[in-house]
Amino acid sequence: MTDDPTRLTLAEARDALAARSLSSLDLTNAYLAAIETARPLNGFLKQTPELARAMAGKADQKLARGEGGPLEGIPLGIKDLYCTKGVTTTAGSRILENFVPTYESTVSSQLWRDGAVMLGKLNLDEFAMGSSNETSAFGPVVSPWRKPGSNASLVPGGSSGGSAAAVAARLCLGATATDTGGSIRQPAAFTGTVGIKPTYGRCSRYGIVAFASSLDQAGPIARNVRDAAILMTSMAGYDPKDATSVDLPVPRYEAAVGASVRGKIIGIPKEYRIAGMPAEIEALWHQGIEWLRDAGARIVDVSLPHTKYALPAYYIVAPAEASSNLARYDGVRYGLRVPGRDIGDMYGQTRAAGFGAEVRRRVMIGTYVLSAGYYDAYYVRAQKVRTLIKQDFETVYASGVDALLTPATPSAAFAIGEKENDPVSMYLNDVFTVTVNMAGLPGIAVPGGLSDDKLPLGLQLIGRPFEEETLFSLAAAIEQAAPKMELPEPWWAA
Amino acid sequence: MSVDLPTVRRIATLARIALPEQEASHLQGEINAILSFVAELDEVDVADVEPMTSVIPARMRLRPDTVTDGEIADDIVTNAPATEDHYFVVPKVIE
Repeated sequence: MTDDPTRLTLAEARDALAARSLSSLDLTNAYLAAIETARPLNGFLKQTPELARAMAGKADQKLARGEGGPLEGIPLGIKDLYCTKGVTTTAGSRILENFVPTYESTVSSQLWRDGAVMLGKLNLDEFAMGSSNETSAFGPVVSPWRKPGSNASLVPGGSSGGSAAAVAARLCLGATATDTGGSIRQPAAFTGTVGIKPTYGRCSRYGIVAFASSLDQAGPIARNVRDAAILMTSMAGYDPKDATSVDLPVPRYEAAVGASVRGKIIGIPKEYRIAGMPAEIEALWHQGIEWLRDAGARIVDVSLPHTKYALPAYYIVAPAEASSNLARYDGVRYGLRVPGRDIGDMYGQTRAAGFGAEVRRRVMIGTYVLSAGYYDAYYVRAQKVRTLIKQDFETVYASGVDALLTPATPSAAFAIGEKENDPVSMYLNDVFTVTVNMAGLPGIAVPGGLSDDKLPLGLQLIGRPFEEETLFSLAAAIEQAAPKMELPEPWWAA
Repeated sequence: MSVDLPTVRRIATLARIALPEQEASHLQGEINAILSFVAELDEVDVADVEPMTSVIPARMRLRPDTVTDGEIADDIVTNAPATEDHYFVVPKVIE
């Protein structure tokens, strides 16, 4: 038994808890202490230590009776986009600063059903709109990673920046996250963690604050592929409260970790070789191809001709849906209210004060592309392009390809403040991930190695609909072959 | 396509976001940068292409027509900025 239980993986902690060589209360207390020392990272918006200890105590009783669930006693962090009953849920926004839900999101309720312990709520970009966690109304998250010899603060990626930073800094065993254009996979890649966006419909969206409903999906961020697979099994499943959730059996995803990938056909989409791609990203991609080839997979070149249109189409579809979803924040039923001359002025003042710059910008863009006279030129055209993007994938999968391998991001993590005045340059972070949301497919980011600056780089695997198991097997093969990802030591605790 | 200042103000009104005059021109620049970024879509041939409505072939499910929720008026108004009994209170709308 190691002295510091936060060094255990989720699977190791689960086994130690089941064997009664570790108590959930001791494990939970170790995490609560780690969170206390990590305040400079700003990963947690709300800590729930009393709730955590109460849940841990109950878990220990269940474990003592041999009645533990699949996650019994495992301390987790929850992205503050998931409604948690009786615990503030801000979505990273001033407009929901004091919002206390009276109900629980389906995905988090399934984690508690399976015995998990809630440590608190994790920071994020406001309403999940961002790729660096800098749009949070409650300050940016600082990555636990730094360049050697440098004290410059780096972004953990976004929008699930708090989730990725907390997992990489060993402040929780795993975290919930959400992904609308890359918000699970990009922060996972930036922090040397594993993140999976499952197929659209695999997880219920009920109780998750909506950004772009046709693109949003819940998923986990964890320290390795096995831990992500364990969490995925608890998070997935049909929910009558979400009409888009899919009624398919949930596999025990952990069983796919370590399964042979011999004979799997892996497509390499040539359109992902973008102009100006850094040599280290290209080299990582080649390395990933070799690892899968060595594991027995067959590599084929494929074409997804509409790839370059995915990001522009996304920046019409996502803001359009956001402008519609965020219409509910009007200062009447919940959230901030700023008084005005009349009710119209009250709406305007409330939304101007309650939304940050990026959210206001996206709501404005969305309002414009849905407005009379522009709807066909922008919104309908973007949804047609989306059909073409999905057809690209269908054609490739129909030819027998099992999964695609691409880089997860076009670069390693950048410094806080580096891109904040250039929205379009920030949007380009999602160039490799956004196609997957547009087509509703599953995608996983897995660490591949370090950049020249010794920062994590990730590879992405894109799967067929509802074939997350294949992704877990392939990601595990990469994890096995790649140099072991050594997470940073806690400089922030000094 | 690009937007002029009156259009930016009109969008803000439609979006119900109060727009201070000094922010309008800055926002105009940002919106136009994004519109020029998405203009790339104009080169795609979308003739005879159906717009996407759902990424997953989904059929609307029916459930028995019975009451499954309700009697939670306290919960519904609990986060409201101003309430009276079980009503949301707003500034006077009709004189």
